[in-house]
Amino acid sequence: MAMRTPLRRVRGLGSAHEGTDHFWMQRLTSVAAVPLTIVVVGVVLAAAGADFAAARALIGSPVVAIVLLLTVAVYVLHMHIGMQEIIIDYVHAPAAKIASLMLNTAFAAVVGLACVFAILKLAFGS
Amino acid sequence: MSMSIVHRITGAALYFGMLIPALWLLALAVGPAWFQPVQELFGSWLGRLILIGYTWALMHHMLGGIRHLIWDMGYGLTLEAADALAWATLIGSIVLTAALWLGAYALGVL
Repeated sequence: MAMRTPLRRVRGLGSAHEGTDHFWMQRLTSVAAVPLTIVVVGVVLAAAGADFAAARALIGSPVVAIVLLLTVAVYVLHMHIGMQEIIIDYVHAPAAKIASLMLNTAFAAVVGLACVFAILKLAFGS
Repeated sequence: MSMSIVHRITGAALYFGMLIPALWLLALAVGPAWFQPVQELFGSWLGRLILIGYTWALMHHMLGGIRHLIWDMGYGLTLEAADALAWATLIGSIVLTAALWLGAYALGVL
């Protein structure tokens, strides 16, 4: 029998019995991030050394664009979970905590979408 | 011990620093109107400093992450091994950052 008072049970306190999916997602994104980061560093160096038109062509080329999109997805998922853990560890006041958690998702979504938009624009558009 | 909090701090720095590649990609995509000022920003001494810091944070967080993955697999959990891994993370991150930036200058990229 669980050692919980009725109030604790109603408020949902105690073990969450979940978190494995976050643990796994962090491990998955970490492992994926290592080779992707190495490749992206190479791409950035190549683009930095090229002129404007060549850099745009490089980032917009199919393989590079796909790898970059993958990297953005991996980074955004990873950073979202990471920041969520930081918030949960340090922010306890209910209003601040909820606001921070929502802002975390908003920031991750906006930054991710901005990167995806830019890459797709370079790949498909002018 | 401090390596763990540094891992968290570099993670948080990279989180906000994600704005840097986002800005650069957007500038590339939108065109010279955005790219000119962004290039100047990144080319300024402050911009360069921030980019070098971002590079170091990325390298340190990556190596620290590998360290955690090694631990996840059950290896390197003795005090001596953990110590060695911590030093490898710190020294490796500095070496990689220096190699990347010096290499970029040497190759004429920057």
